[in-house]
Amino acid sequence: MSALASPSPAYAFAASPCGGLRTRLNGAAVTLRASGALWLEEQRTLVVADLHLEKGSAYAMRGQMLPPYDTRETLRRLQAEVMATLPDAVVLLGDTFHDRKSEDRLARDDAQTLRSLAGATRLIWVIGNHDADGPRALPGDVADELSVAGLTLRHEPVEGPQVGEVAGHLHPCARVVASRGSVRRRCFVTDGSRMVVPAFGAYAGGLNIRDAAFAGLFSQPPLCGALGADRVHAVGWRSVAGD
Amino acid sequence: MADAAATPPDLLPEKFATWFESRGWSARAHQLEMIAKAREGRDALLIAPTGGGKTLAGFLPSLIDLAQRPPSNTPQGIHTLYISPLKALAVDVERNLMAPILQMGLPIVAESRTGDTGQARRARQRVKPPDILLTTPEQLALFCAWEGARLYFENLSCVILDEIHTLHSTKRGDLLALDLARLQQFAPNLRRVGLSATVDDPDVIRRWLAYGKIPDPDPPPVGEGDLEVVEGAAAVPGAKSPSVGFAASSPSEEASRAVYETVDLVRGPAGAQPIVDMLLSEGRVPWAGHTAKHAMQEVYDTIKGARTALVFVNTRFQAEFAFQELWRLNDDNLPIALHHGSLAAEQRRKVEAAMARGELRAVVCTSTLDLGIDWGDVDLVIQLASPKGASRMVQRIGRANHRLDEPSRALFVPANRFEMLECQAAREAIAENRFDGEPTRIGALDVLAQHVMGCACSEPFDLLALYDEVRSAGPYRDLIWEDFEQVVDFVSTGGYALKTYDRFRRIVVGQDGLWRVRNAETAQCHRLNVGAIVSPAVLTVRIAMGKARRGGRKIGEVEEGMLEMLDPGDTFVFAGQVWALVGVTGTEVLVSPATNRDPKMPSWGGSKFALSTFLAGRVRELMYDQEHWKVLPADVREWLEVQRDHSLIPPADDLLLETFPRGKRHFMVVYPFEGRLAHTTLAMLLTRRLERMGAAPLGFVCNDYAMAIWALKPMDGLDFDELFAQDMLGDDLESWLAESFMMKRAFKGCAIISGLIERRFPGHEKTGRQVTFSTDLIYDVLRRHQPDHLLLRCAREDAATGLIDVARLGLLLERIQGRIRHSPLEHLSPFSVPILLEIGKERSPGQAGEMILAEAEEDLIAEALS
Repeated sequence: MSALASPSPAYAFAASPCGGLRTRLNGAAVTLRASGALWLEEQRTLVVADLHLEKGSAYAMRGQMLPPYDTRETLRRLQAEVMATLPDAVVLLGDTFHDRKSEDRLARDDAQTLRSLAGATRLIWVIGNHDADGPRALPGDVADELSVAGLTLRHEPVEGPQVGEVAGHLHPCARVVASRGSVRRRCFVTDGSRMVVPAFGAYAGGLNIRDAAFAGLFSQPPLCGALGADRVHAVGWRSVAGD
Repeated sequence: MADAAATPPDLLPEKFATWFESRGWSARAHQLEMIAKAREGRDALLIAPTGGGKTLAGFLPSLIDLAQRPPSNTPQGIHTLYISPLKALAVDVERNLMAPILQMGLPIVAESRTGDTGQARRARQRVKPPDILLTTPEQLALFCAWEGARLYFENLSCVILDEIHTLHSTKRGDLLALDLARLQQFAPNLRRVGLSATVDDPDVIRRWLAYGKIPDPDPPPVGEGDLEVVEGAAAVPGAKSPSVGFAASSPSEEASRAVYETVDLVRGPAGAQPIVDMLLSEGRVPWAGHTAKHAMQEVYDTIKGARTALVFVNTRFQAEFAFQELWRLNDDNLPIALHHGSLAAEQRRKVEAAMARGELRAVVCTSTLDLGIDWGDVDLVIQLASPKGASRMVQRIGRANHRLDEPSRALFVPANRFEMLECQAAREAIAENRFDGEPTRIGALDVLAQHVMGCACSEPFDLLALYDEVRSAGPYRDLIWEDFEQVVDFVSTGGYALKTYDRFRRIVVGQDGLWRVRNAETAQCHRLNVGAIVSPAVLTVRIAMGKARRGGRKIGEVEEGMLEMLDPGDTFVFAGQVWALVGVTGTEVLVSPATNRDPKMPSWGGSKFALSTFLAGRVRELMYDQEHWKVLPADVREWLEVQRDHSLIPPADDLLLETFPRGKRHFMVVYPFEGRLAHTTLAMLLTRRLERMGAAPLGFVCNDYAMAIWALKPMDGLDFDELFAQDMLGDDLESWLAESFMMKRAFKGCAIISGLIERRFPGHEKTGRQVTFSTDLIYDVLRRHQPDHLLLRCAREDAATGLIDVARLGLLLERIQGRIRHSPLEHLSPFSVPILLEIGKERSPGQAGEMILAEAEEDLIAEALS
């Protein structure tokens, strides 16, 4: 990552009234929202990645009885985002389910929540590595990847420069260091050309953006949009550290 | 010293009497009394000072019993189980026990088993158990979760619990009490023996140690003599009370007394009164600080004058600092060593061995050497900085001179003026034989969950029988059925209102109505997670090697929290040397030697122990009693006098509250003396109230003695009785706690102990950071969707006792009602100087996260604008 040791390049960004951070990605106007969702303004499209629904019950199957409320918590947050933005389409950017059997384990009312979401807006399921089959009974369109406004929406970032790519999969997380200490938060990470969005699922863990998995994705030191309590904080590469 | 001739001669078999003679000893009265108790089949608690032959007194009955046992060709199972809170102590006692066994030629096998015991020995111990097994509470919990535990322990005749005063009031103690109850089922005639250092209230420990549940009040037990409950018309007030003097106690207290009176109390000799001196660095006691740097030359000179000294400090960093300072002065090249829990195990063992060989003149150490391990010829104990509690101090002093007839020598070295008062109060308490009292403990439910799972892993259990068994354990005597049911439900399915996990049960009911573990894999998983110790995540410290900066030699371990404060390049003291932080990779901290003699972080913070309530009370009394000031050095006396004349010193039960302006801010300083935890909680709650009252509070700082809050607006006009009203502990506490990082930390501990999440999976270790992250996520989800869940209840109780000390704060608020003495001042007072000096040295956790993000963002904006 030695190429990234140079000072941070200037990025144009501005706070939006709702606590989000507005910037441009390959020319398209986007808002990084405090929930971890990405909002494509002109297309009225909401992008959320890595919901990992039914991760709790996947652990329970192996004898670890994590609280079974992760799915409804994740869907509650998604519903709130839909209410706030009234999108034309919601893109689920892969790994929406934690495993291939997750859909069968959905509680009835959680499945109903998903169905009513699909009724209120266009639901697009992008395929991820955890949920390679896509939904079986739930409504919505299924896609391997998607082109919107000069952006390519896919689950897993492709190596090398990918102009206009929006991906999830890596669960980016930043340890932000300031003089008074450090804090670890989920984050967006972008160099203005491509972007990795944070995991949206209530039980999704995080991978530090200083990890080798992020090396080589960006052509210059990226900007990090760290999720705060009710707003997104723009943080430079020099202010983030490894774990 | 007891005269053996005055006691029944048949208590000590001839072989043993001869052995005592050959050593030039005679058996002590309490040692013979313990033999007599064993003969009567009574449970016993022996309270004796360190050096009183306590351990031998515990083992003598078993040694005698085993020596007289007819020879047998088949293994007879474990006869005596010895439990020590420390691995090192178990190994040490094994060594000491070998002396009488070998010298008398007794046919007894005694072996230790700890987490460090090799695989071969462990395996052999399972097949061919020793007569006496010396182990730790965690190993016992593991034994009890084995299949075949019942058979293994069926011939157990005695269990000896050493240093029981350090265990009974902790979660480890809860688990141990439950395992004792289990052992009693396996071997109904099992005798319980507790060994304890001097404590204020032995009944607290007797209650913990005793076997037996309190009979259910309904239906009333009939035909139990004194315990019969007289009801209805037959009830005559005051009639037929079981024992004189307890007529006023409730039936449940009486029943509880009847239970713990099954444990006989045996007291050892009082021992010679220790000689405790205080270093009166005339004119040089600093205002604030915790390092006692000012006194190091005198400490060094004292070490020079002693044979071997133990230098006790309260934190690892104080240990590092004192070690550095002493070596800086060490012109004579005295062998002075360092011993604390962060050092690599081999390094610690080297120090221990050198100490045992008498090669060291001094060891700087933390509580790792608190307990009764025998380190030979120590003749002086030095306590650097305040002791925080009288009982702990007596333990530490007891480390000097393991011969009872000679007094132990100790020297207190206060690091600041309030500590000077505290040391003086502790000295007086020790002289009067008064100690810190402790409240009775109620067993934690997360520990019970672990135990229930362990029982299921060992053999199928009946729900009602297990409930009775659990209630025969001291801390769980008052456990109600509903809580027990909830715990079992939690163990089985997680105990959630949303019943989606029924098909994934960890324990299931069979057709025989008994509960058993679902499968062998689940049982194996549980066994890897046994124990009630949750230590903070630790990182290995290694020397960075070569250009690639790979990890070389391991020099020790540090708690993760320490690194939050260091950036690469920063220097700090560790293992007695100055290092520069190179970086952190995964679970390893890489460092390189630094030439810098002035490290950035020599030490920080005060003690991890809170000032005991008892000692705090004595400090307040000492402060108010001017006659008493004579014993203090001139500068401390003068400090008190100026405080009295300039502000005021209130009576012991009143609370002094000072207000004064300073710079552009307004300060309020109070002096409750209730310990840093209680003060921090108080400050958090007070700032919320001050906010509502419009005082615009900006910040606060706390230490063990005082708390200061500063605000934009003056606070002298406030209604202080209203500000400190007890209802602070209601909604204000609840709403603050729910958001607080302390709840998350407590929840993590409960989640691990209860088995909700695993300490480690077979074959792959999680780092602490990942665990922190995921338990926080779980906490947030659970709090929103099932706020009354069992584990949130456990976490709240833990946070309220261990992390924020609500009980103590509650007592404080009650004590000071109508007793707040306001002293409005024009500028700061002598008392307020130490606390004001601490401002800026603390980093406050809590809401800090958002501020860090905001600060990092400002940096970026500044960079963008430049």
